[in-house]
Amino acid sequence: MARGGGVSRKAAAALVLAWMAAAALAPLLAPAPYAGQDLEHRLEGPSARAWLGTDDLGRDVLSRALYGARVSLAVTAAALAIALVAGTLLGAAAGYWGGLLDQALGRTVDVLLALPGILLAIAVVAYVGRGFSPLVLALSATAWVGYARVARALALSLRGRDFVTASRACGAGGVHVLRRHILPHALGILWVQAAAGAASVMLAEAGLSFLGLGIQPPHPSWGEMLATGCDCLLEAPHLALVPGALLFSAVWALNTLGESLSEGMDPGRRHRVDAV
Amino acid sequence: MRGYVAGRLLLFLPAMLGVVTLVFFLGRALPGDPVDLMLGEGAPAERREELRRALHLDDPLPMQYGRYLWDLSRGRLGVSLRTRRPVAEELAAALPQTARLAGAALGLAVLLALPAALASARGGAARRWVRAATSAGLSLPTFFLGPVLLLVFAVWQPWFPVSGADEPGAWFLPAVTLAVPTSALLCRLLSASLSEEMGREYLTAARARGLGEGTAFRRHGLRNALLPAVTVLGLQLGGLLTGAILTERIFRWPGLGTLVLGAIGSRDYPVLQGAVLLFALLTLAATLATDLLYGFLDPRIRRDG
Repeated sequence: MARGGGVSRKAAAALVLAWMAAAALAPLLAPAPYAGQDLEHRLEGPSARAWLGTDDLGRDVLSRALYGARVSLAVTAAALAIALVAGTLLGAAAGYWGGLLDQALGRTVDVLLALPGILLAIAVVAYVGRGFSPLVLALSATAWVGYARVARALALSLRGRDFVTASRACGAGGVHVLRRHILPHALGILWVQAAAGAASVMLAEAGLSFLGLGIQPPHPSWGEMLATGCDCLLEAPHLALVPGALLFSAVWALNTLGESLSEGMDPGRRHRVDAV
Repeated sequence: MRGYVAGRLLLFLPAMLGVVTLVFFLGRALPGDPVDLMLGEGAPAERREELRRALHLDDPLPMQYGRYLWDLSRGRLGVSLRTRRPVAEELAAALPQTARLAGAALGLAVLLALPAALASARGGAARRWVRAATSAGLSLPTFFLGPVLLLVFAVWQPWFPVSGADEPGAWFLPAVTLAVPTSALLCRLLSASLSEEMGREYLTAARARGLGEGTAFRRHGLRNALLPAVTVLGLQLGGLLTGAILTERIFRWPGLGTLVLGAIGSRDYPVLQGAVLLFALLTLAATLATDLLYGFLDPRIRRDG
C-alpha cells in the first residue's frame, strides 16, 4: 500500500512539474501560433505536420493545448491565492474576535453553501462579464468559503491557548496576536487545504470555459477546446479527446498530490495506512 | 424528535432568506436597464415610462425588496424576457427532466459504489484497485467522460441516441456521466467507514455470540458504516446539480441546466434568478432531509439535539 502510494505520488509530482514547465515555456515549445488559422487544413487528425491535429479553424491543437495549460494554471493559481488570503483573514478574524463579525460570516457562509459552486460562479460571470479577471473573481468567490471555515475553527481553538493569553497580557492588540500567533499556527493546515482544493478550482475553471463563460476566444483554454471538441465529435474526435485527457491528467495529479499532503498532515491516518 | 425537526427548520429559514436577498440584489446590480432589455434601446420614451411604472422600477429599493418578497411568497417569479412565459412555468417544465437525470445518476452511483466499497473493505489487491479507480473517478471531468461515452456508445457503437431526452434509453449515458464522480466519492467514504467499523468490538461480540462473519457484518457493521455515507449522499445533491448543468450541455438534455445556460446567453435575468432560487431551495432541502434522516438512523443525534 505505502509503496504503491509512493509511485503514484511521484508520478503526480512529475506531472504537475511537467505542466508548469509546459505552461511557462509555451511560447518556445509551441510549433505554431495558438490563433493561427489555416482553413485549408481544418479538422485534420494527428500527422507529422500537426502532431495532435488541427481544430475547426485549422489551428494547431498542440500549440493551443500548451497555451491552454498557461490559462488553466494561471487562473487556478490566481483564484486559489485570492480565496486563500481572503478566506484565511476573514475566518481567522471572525474566529478570534467572535461577536457580530462571526455571526455575519456564519450567515454568509450558510447562504453560499446553499448555492452549487458553479451556479454562483455562473451568476458572477453573468453579472460582471467575461474574461480573465471575472473568471478569477467567480472562482475565488466560491472557493474562499472552505478556507474561511477552517481558519475560523483554528482561530477559535487557538485563542484560548496560553501563548495567546501571555501575548495579550503583555499588551498586544488583536491584530498583532492574529499576525504573530494565530496565523503562523494556522497556515500549515491551510496550505494543505489549498493544495487539496487546487484540483477542484481547476475543474471549475475548465467547466466555466466549457460553458463559454471563461477566457474568451481566440485565447485557448482546455475547457473551451473541449466544448469545440463536443461540437465536432463526429468529424474529429481528437478535438475532445486531447484536451480532455490533458485536463484529466492535470486534475488527477493535483488531487493525488493534495491527498498525499493531507495524509502526511494527519498522523493517525498515516499510521493506519502503514498498518495495512 | 419534534424539537429536533423544528430546530433544523429554524436553521433552514435564515439561509433561504439570505439566498433570496442575494438574488434580489444581484438582479438590481446587473449592468444595463431591464427596460432596454425588454423593449430594445430605440423604444419611444412614453412606452419606456409606462413599463418602468408597471415594473415598479422607480420605487425606493426597500419597497421593491418588500414587493419582491411578497411576490415570491405567492409563487410569482416574474416573466421570462425571452419567451414571455411566466418563469415558474419554465422552471416547472425543466425541473422534472433534471430530477429524472439526477435520480437515475444517484441510483447508479449507489449501485456502483456499494459493491466496490465492500470489495475494498476486504483489503488486498481489491483495495488497491478500488483506490486507483476512485482516484481516477474523482479527477474525471464530466465534460470529458461525457464526450468519450458518446463517442464509444453512440457513434462507434450506436446503442444509444446522441442527444435529447425523447428516445428510450436516452437517459442512460448522461446518467452514467453524472454518476461517476458521485460514485467515486461515495465509494471512498464507504470504504473508509467500513474499514473503521470492521475492527470495532461490537463485531467481535457479535461473532462471539455465534453469528457468521457475513451475517455479523451485514446486520451490524454495514448499518453503522452507512451513516456517514448517507450524509455525504445528501450533501452531494449540490454536486449533482452542478454536474447536471454540464451534462445537459453535452447531451443537449432539456433540463434546468439548459434553461440556465440559455438564460445567460439571452440575458434573461428573471429566468436566471428563478433558477438560482430553485437550485438553492433544492440544495437546502436536501441538507435538511439529510439531517432528518441522520437523526432517524442514529438515535444518539436526536437525543443530544
